Amino acid sequence: MLEYLLILLSEIYKILFLLVPVLVSVAMIVWLDRRVWAFVQKRRGPNVVGPFGLFQSLADALKYVFKEIIIPASSNKIIFILAPIVTMTLALIAWAVIPFSETFVLADINVGILYLFAVSSLGVYGIIMGGWASNSKYPFLGAIRSAAQMVSYEVSIGIIIINVLLCVGSLNLSDIVKAQQNLWFVIPLFPMFVIFFISALAETNRPPFDLPEAEAELVAGYQTEYSGMMYAMFWLGEYANILLMCALGSILFLGGWLSPIDLFPFNLIPGALWMILKILFLFILFALVKAIVPRYRYDQLMRLGWKIFLPFSLIWVVLTSSYLLYFDLLPVN
Amino acid sequence: MKISRLFKTIFMIDFITGLIIAIKEIFKSKKTINYPHEKGAVSPRSRGEHALRRYPSGEERCIACKLCEAVCPAQAITIESSEREDGSRKTTRYDIDMLKCIYCGLCEESCPVDAIVQGPNFEFATETREELYYNKEKLLENGDRWESILASNIKADSSHR
Repeated sequence: MLEYLLILLSEIYKILFLLVPVLVSVAMIVWLDRRVWAFVQKRRGPNVVGPFGLFQSLADALKYVFKEIIIPASSNKIIFILAPIVTMTLALIAWAVIPFSETFVLADINVGILYLFAVSSLGVYGIIMGGWASNSKYPFLGAIRSAAQMVSYEVSIGIIIINVLLCVGSLNLSDIVKAQQNLWFVIPLFPMFVIFFISALAETNRPPFDLPEAEAELVAGYQTEYSGMMYAMFWLGEYANILLMCALGSILFLGGWLSPIDLFPFNLIPGALWMILKILFLFILFALVKAIVPRYRYDQLMRLGWKIFLPFSLIWVVLTSSYLLYFDLLPVN
Repeated sequence: MKISRLFKTIFMIDFITGLIIAIKEIFKSKKTINYPHEKGAVSPRSRGEHALRRYPSGEERCIACKLCEAVCPAQAITIESSEREDGSRKTTRYDIDMLKCIYCGLCEESCPVDAIVQGPNFEFATETREELYYNKEKLLENGDRWESILASNIKADSSHR
């Protein structure tokens, strides 16, 4: 009995050791996002709360906690309350398989990438539930748009991942990183990296693909009826998803915890730090893109996803596999 | 589609140009200020909170001609007057409803003796509505507080009147 309790406690300790830093970094990343956005526009951004305004997100969170939660009378209450919980939970459980270094990974499962893909696909449910349960036109339209958009871009992300898997020969995320010991996949698969990045923008509803919450047309999309802590949970889930996509991008293409050059001063730095630096680099790119691009029209978004990215990444799968086959480079397991 | 256009689209030339411009802009100086700690320049003509001025002797300037009351498009000003013991005509009541006021500056323009003026202060938010019904004491107090700036503003603007 005591044994099980100890195992349980150690597991909870490990989970907290991962989740607390993730949640704190989500708060910091919101601040960074706003800061980068402001700097590109020559504004100052949040700089009052704490040093450089670092605690701005905490102040915001405090405000959300004390706000009243309004549940519309005509809504489906159970699903309405469940939706932000689903979004946030799904955004957080995906972190279980992300390897931060050779040793630090919560669940080193063999189908890590498949698990990640499944969880991020489920993320649509939170949004659909929220939009449908609100029983109001803007959330409903926002949810429909969001669902269609996320499903479309998931397809191209899936095929891009196939490209990487062809080169690795394993679905384990740690193996994917280890396969990049000599050459990061961003170099041979650069076009795929670009398409992955753009699809990740669409997948996480970031500008220029933030149609689900296009405020000019849909008020705030599926979040319109939400308030207080429930809104904050959507918001946290969204940023946790963005961070997850950055982590996935750095694992698949930028060599995860590996240092750029395997030489003396670089390999002293712990792997987890390299991983964090790569996530940060990708996130700053996310933030910069938000600052410079206008929003896509809906038909343009769909055309880009289905008529350009999907065929292009499919062709690339054929190219990669024929190259690997011709030069006899296929990873044998 | 032209070949050059196709090339631009495939290699995302426009996007990369934009990204480079954005990165350059990050390191340029900021155009905004830290408002509550730093304040921007206020023009001498700025139309802020009202004030009733006095002569250097301490005598009120206002002669209760009621031109401002008549010209006020929002009818925010209420004046009552009577003759004082020394025979001069003075106001007994001078109220401005700051909630009605549209800050057009017509009262200031109509005043023949520069008594009612709009000062540079725009930070007079209150927590209740009642605090924004200004009476004569409040307006004279404003005038005493801002007199040095008000006088210099009127002087700076006098050549344009």
